[in-house]
Amino acid sequence: MEKRVLFRSSWLPYLLVAPQVAVTVIFFFWPASQAIYYAFQLQDAFGLESRFVGLANFQDLFHDDRYFESFKTTAIFSGLVACSGIGISLVLATMADRVVRGALAYKTLLIWPYAVAPAIAGVLWAFIFAPSIGIVTYALQKLGIDWNWIINGDQAMLLVVIASVWKQVSYNFLFFLAGLQSIPKSLIEAAAIDGAGPFRRFWSIVFPLLSPTTFFLLVVNIVYAFFDTFGVIDATTQGGPATATQILVYKVYYDGVKAADLGGSSAQSVLLMIIVIALTAVQFRFVERKVQY
Amino acid sequence: MADIRLQGVKKSYTKGILVIHGVDAVIADGEFIVIVGPSGCGKSTLLRMIAGLETITEGEISIGGKVVNQVEPKDRNIAMVFQNYALYPHMSVYDNMSYGLRIRGFSKPDIETRVQRAAKILELGPFLARKPRELSGGQRQRVAMGRAIVREPAAFLFDEPLSNLDAKLRVQMRLEIQKLHRELGTTSIFVTHDQVEAMTLADRMIVMNAGVVEQVGAPMAVYDAPASLFVAGFIGSPAMNFLPGSVRDGRVDVGDGHLIALPQPLLERAPAQVTVGIRPEHLVACAEGDDAFTFPVETIEALGADSMVHGKVGATPLVARVEGHAAPAIGSTARFALMPGRLHFFDTVTGRRLVP
Amino acid sequence: MVENRPFLTFVAHAVLIAGVVVVAFPLWVTFVASTLTYEQIANVPMPLWPGDQFLANYGQVLTAGSTKGSAAPVSTMLFNSLVMAVVVAVGKICISIVSAFAVVYFRFPLRRFIFWMIFVTLMLPIEVRIIPTFKVASDLGILDSYLGLTLPLIASATATFLFRQFFMTIPDELAEAARIDGAGPMRFFVDVVLPLSRTNVAALFVILFIFGWNQYLWPLLITGQESMYTVVIGIKRMIVGGDAATEWQLVMATAMLALMPPAAVVILMQKWFVKGLVETEK
Repeated sequence: MEKRVLFRSSWLPYLLVAPQVAVTVIFFFWPASQAIYYAFQLQDAFGLESRFVGLANFQDLFHDDRYFESFKTTAIFSGLVACSGIGISLVLATMADRVVRGALAYKTLLIWPYAVAPAIAGVLWAFIFAPSIGIVTYALQKLGIDWNWIINGDQAMLLVVIASVWKQVSYNFLFFLAGLQSIPKSLIEAAAIDGAGPFRRFWSIVFPLLSPTTFFLLVVNIVYAFFDTFGVIDATTQGGPATATQILVYKVYYDGVKAADLGGSSAQSVLLMIIVIALTAVQFRFVERKVQY
Repeated sequence: MADIRLQGVKKSYTKGILVIHGVDAVIADGEFIVIVGPSGCGKSTLLRMIAGLETITEGEISIGGKVVNQVEPKDRNIAMVFQNYALYPHMSVYDNMSYGLRIRGFSKPDIETRVQRAAKILELGPFLARKPRELSGGQRQRVAMGRAIVREPAAFLFDEPLSNLDAKLRVQMRLEIQKLHRELGTTSIFVTHDQVEAMTLADRMIVMNAGVVEQVGAPMAVYDAPASLFVAGFIGSPAMNFLPGSVRDGRVDVGDGHLIALPQPLLERAPAQVTVGIRPEHLVACAEGDDAFTFPVETIEALGADSMVHGKVGATPLVARVEGHAAPAIGSTARFALMPGRLHFFDTVTGRRLVP
Repeated sequence: MVENRPFLTFVAHAVLIAGVVVVAFPLWVTFVASTLTYEQIANVPMPLWPGDQFLANYGQVLTAGSTKGSAAPVSTMLFNSLVMAVVVAVGKICISIVSAFAVVYFRFPLRRFIFWMIFVTLMLPIEVRIIPTFKVASDLGILDSYLGLTLPLIASATATFLFRQFFMTIPDELAEAARIDGAGPMRFFVDVVLPLSRTNVAALFVILFIFGWNQYLWPLLITGQESMYTVVIGIKRMIVGGDAATEWQLVMATAMLALMPPAAVVILMQKWFVKGLVETEK
């Protein structure tokens, strides 16, 4: 939808967009293009010289088992985070939509984790799951389960998933609640008159109508799991034990900063960029073409 | 106050496709002109070109003798009333009305005087401190008019201002606008798709269709002598009856054996296909034996004071107006005489009125 | 809810309460831990009721940090976080609202190009270009500074997008009436557009404040001196590897301090926040 031409000025619009354009060029396009540039370069040991090596960095990545490990780890991690995040929040939102009394209180009590930084969420959960002094660890031991995420890779993964999901549930909850509340009551009532009970109504009417929201949240959650969870990982497992929780974005950081492999890290950055752009493009194509009811 | 002239005004959005095909008109100082036509005919576009909100592709528009093609709206000395009021939602009624004056640097006492005067005329006194959302539709429209009045412009431009109001309110507001014009006498251009508004408010009407001006004239003149099939069918409610037919021996055969004689002056240059027009109110019920139109009555619409009698002549529908209680029974044969001097003849192919 | 089924309502309440409990559990444990002594925590299981060390622990972290790992006073870190969050929120809102205004209300060459250029930034979060951005900041000499902490984060376009969507819903006639009234574009912007945008600005402030406060990777890279740490990365530095040696009671106190301000902002401005969130992304 385009607005009609409203104001005429030859210089004013440029002045107004100048600050944003300046910041965007300096801190977005310039670094992004640098990342792409370095992806095709190889640096010497001291970082003094670099030479063009074509797709060599990318080829190294594709032959690197550890990169594929990281890929797999990221896929598992984001899959778990997205699915459980969406599933749990959908249940909560459906319940919240149902109750009349206390709705606002429940909403307030459930949305505040959005305010918690992923890193802090990681610290909190790492504390209660800490191998020796964690309160939940204690409870698990009483139940006969041996819990030590510092040694056990799967448990470490479980820890970061829980911490990440805990935070994200509030965000998803808000969107699902808004989506549920935008479904016209008349549709539900018509279904009830047709004889459908609450469960049937949910699966045959509510859930399909919620699909744009669900799809949108799926993409958002995957992007969240890919990037925003950096803080969770760095504050708790640092990618360990033995790269069990080293997701792609963490590897970019690790290789670039800790291992000083600028070329490899940049190549990974470029691949990540491609993945994100693809995800965002998918989201815009499918979500913006929202089905009309 | 000023006169407004339009000379050869044309408008196109994409190259080569005209939406306004050359409009010429002279609007006298103090006149109330209504531009009327169906949706999409270009009337709003024309108004917006006069206001300066749309560019003029070709031609000239002058206000008060000055060509304003390149002049910004705020310098054209005009004020506009929009269809959806366009009131600033976060400002009070007083602030809405005084905004234009404040920008122009009027002094506070001046503003106060003007706003109070407009508020008095429009009976907005009690509402000056309220916000638009606290007002009804009719009140909001009056505030929009108040905003125009305080500017004391050369001309008022109204863009379908009554379309968003309910029927009853529209009637009331029409009377108020008439009263306003009598009091202030400002040149006014009023755009509407409602021919009733056009008939009741206009000193003169500009009837438009598909970007072309079909006729310009006073309401009764247009009513009595519409220049084309379009104008004839658009002005006057209920709409004029059209009976198309072929001309034989100076008479138009409209079907079912009904022949209508062409008037003498038109005989010479009459085309082969002629459409006869007669308004429902000009069909007079008559007794047996007269040379009349007869047709079986299909439906009756009882409106109270009048009743509409619907039937068909050949394949053409026909409507006649009778007094409320005098409607014939459905299925009976109605007989109507055509009031002499009230027949209209149009060229079926070009749609234009036949002239001697 | 169409029929009256008390059982289902009961189930709904039960599920919600369970949800609230699970969500609140870590917070509760954290708070309790922040009021205990180290010995009480190390002595498994730790008590689930607050202790008496509230003032002692909080006092210590605020003034002197922990005794192992990072020794930066948390009060300094809180201040840094506050500056960062406020500057990022206000900065982003300011440059975005005028950009969106220009893009919506004017036609000028390059308009489409600039719009897409700004729009593209929505797609790539900072983590993807983190190292080159660091290099640019370094080249500009803004490491370890407030400018360095905040400026690169202002570069993305979420706020611009939201304002653009909002401006598109303002009826055209309002701008036309203002034009006829004699208002130029900036006058229209200040007198009409800004007042109408109040709710959006409030909502965005909440979201951007939290975004700025919770930043992790960027402050991690760009700050080297402890005096410039934000509280979110400061916490990490307090955890010395191997949980036995970490002074958990102090870490938990810091965590509480770190999450209170954004949580307070969310809860107090809940109404605007919810509205803004749902509209930003859609």
